[in-house]
Amino acid sequence: MSTVITVENLGKKYTLQHQQRESYTALRDVIANGVASFGKRVAQPFRRSLNAPPSSLNSTSEEFWALKDVSFEVKQGNRIGIIGRNGAGKSTLLKILSRITEPTTGSVRIKGRVASLLEVGTGFHPELSGRENIYLNGAILGMSRSEIRKKFDEIVDFAEIERFLDTPVKRYSSGMYVRLAFAVAAHLEPEILVVDEVLAVGDALFQKKCLGKMKEVSACEGRTVLFVSHNLQAVRQLCSRCLLVKAGQLVADATPVQAIESYLQFDPLCEEVDIQARIAALPQDPAFRLETVRIRQEGEVVSSLGNGAPITVGINYRVLRKTKGLRVFLDLVDDEENLLFRTFHDEDSDGIDVMEPGHYHSEATIPADLLSPTRYHLRVLATVFNERMCIPYPGLVFPLDVERTGRSNRAYLGEPVRGKLAPFIPWQTTVVSSL
Amino acid sequence: MTEEREIIIRPGMGALHYWRDIWRYRELFFFLAWRDILVRYKQTAIGIAWSVIRPLATMLVFTVVFGKLAKLPSNGVPYPVMVYAAMLPWQFFANSLTESSNSLIDNANLLTKVYFPRLIVPAGSVIVSLVDFLISFVILGGLMAWYRCLPDMKIMLLPLFLIMAFFASFGAGLWLAALNVKYRDFRYVVPFLVQFGLYISPVGFSSAIVPEKWRFFYYLNPMVGVIDGFRWAILGDAFPVNWVGFWLSVLLVLLIFAGGVLYFRRMERSFADVV
Repeated sequence: MSTVITVENLGKKYTLQHQQRESYTALRDVIANGVASFGKRVAQPFRRSLNAPPSSLNSTSEEFWALKDVSFEVKQGNRIGIIGRNGAGKSTLLKILSRITEPTTGSVRIKGRVASLLEVGTGFHPELSGRENIYLNGAILGMSRSEIRKKFDEIVDFAEIERFLDTPVKRYSSGMYVRLAFAVAAHLEPEILVVDEVLAVGDALFQKKCLGKMKEVSACEGRTVLFVSHNLQAVRQLCSRCLLVKAGQLVADATPVQAIESYLQFDPLCEEVDIQARIAALPQDPAFRLETVRIRQEGEVVSSLGNGAPITVGINYRVLRKTKGLRVFLDLVDDEENLLFRTFHDEDSDGIDVMEPGHYHSEATIPADLLSPTRYHLRVLATVFNERMCIPYPGLVFPLDVERTGRSNRAYLGEPVRGKLAPFIPWQTTVVSSL
Repeated sequence: MTEEREIIIRPGMGALHYWRDIWRYRELFFFLAWRDILVRYKQTAIGIAWSVIRPLATMLVFTVVFGKLAKLPSNGVPYPVMVYAAMLPWQFFANSLTESSNSLIDNANLLTKVYFPRLIVPAGSVIVSLVDFLISFVILGGLMAWYRCLPDMKIMLLPLFLIMAFFASFGAGLWLAALNVKYRDFRYVVPFLVQFGLYISPVGFSSAIVPEKWRFFYYLNPMVGVIDGFRWAILGDAFPVNWVGFWLSVLLVLLIFAGGVLYFRRMERSFADVV
């Protein structure tokens, strides 16, 4: 298989200017700054060399490398996932590969036609009909008119919008809009397809259809796919190789499983920022106010928890008015956002409780020998049954780093623990008969 | 479109294959222009009428103010026809300037998501204004028939002057489009430029009334040459062209255009980062 993309020492520098409040330069600022520095020079002709920065603009600008020394190769037919935190440089990399922006250093060689899908429905115009937008969007993505005409029916079929072809897309539901946009993109026939986080929109079924389409296109027709996503499950499903980007640098180039592993290890998805600040940032609810959440093990607030002892989650909250069916609950999710269990504060009760106004403390105990030595997320949520969420999704999220301290055969400590949960299951083994 | 080709991306390499890329993206260029025209006539309630009403209304005002109140000469041609013949290239220029200076900002979502030679965005805006121009041109035909002034063979030269108007509009549009991305307050400069330009160009009056000592500065406005050319081609020898001034205008148009392309190309690389 031939190499289709060669990236060498790629770097991209941005200059940040702190002084400006607006995101763009205004001519008046440039003039004002020029006049100010000129004025300074006139007023203090001899002291200029003493003032370290010669111009007032430079004093406030700072260099920032969004990408630095990135090198890798891609072979034809590879499906490459690119993962990393927000701001790690993934999107900058894709933008350079799709020639939207220029690199500052290094080079890229690409063989073949590149189509980049950095956003669903780029260039869609709300006033135009579905039919017109298919042509427009196709042209924007690099299809020729004859190509679009040839695939038109297929696109319409894929998007399932026959009846609305001549309706302006501003009247489309968001689902229809996304389907149409993706349908156009899915029928591109580039040698290299660059996709950025576009599956985040759209319903699960359609996402699956799209993933399937991408996989099919790559496997059957030998097309190369570069895929950026926060959806680790999708990366794992689709990709054959995975690049991990951190702070502008390539830190891993491995199989998806390995890369995802190291991503989750060094990159806490959610840092231990001030819990109180996060609580304060939650939307206000008329009946419920969260006050503190404390996660402890054996009475201590610890940064790393063991699975050998119970973990208690203490939640302080106020009920501001008499409320029926108010339930505080916890979700334990794994690193791929799969829900492992959900538990409510009133599990013990046998009816819909009415909570009087007051100050409450609910404490949940996650038993010892249940969790696996891995990273989970714990979400704290509250709802009024059948009415509303008091804390909207995803709730107040805490990372839970669990270490192995629980009961298991110590002789096999070197072996990784498989499974999202590792409850201690009592076994009984008896010799039925000896030979 | 399936030919094997290698793209090399390197700092400062934007120029390579640029013109070939423009050719390759010609369809996108047509689609963008087509979109703008379509949207324009879908969104506005009176649609096409708009591109007719505007020049007609301006013509009316100018005829009253300059022709009736100020009693400026019109060399034997009905004043409305004289104004309208100049109104055509001026409206074309003014519309192109306004549209193309905003074009990059309006298409910011495209610039940051897809690659294509950015030059086709302001070029598309000029094409849209050209469509307006053609519609207004039909009105001119009607107006001339009404006043019974027939053009002579010189009208065959009109396309040449139209090309000149095109280059003037496109060149200036490129400058403003690029400047507008970098310095957002240029959007306040453009309407002023357009309004100011209307009064220093021979739209409401004829070049003949400009005093000799101001002639040189007067002809530094490239639209003077274009408008004089239009009048001469449409209305004949009643409006002789000052050929020295005309060639000065041509030279300036070429300079503006070349400078516009160069400046635009230089700024283009950073558009996606600043827009």
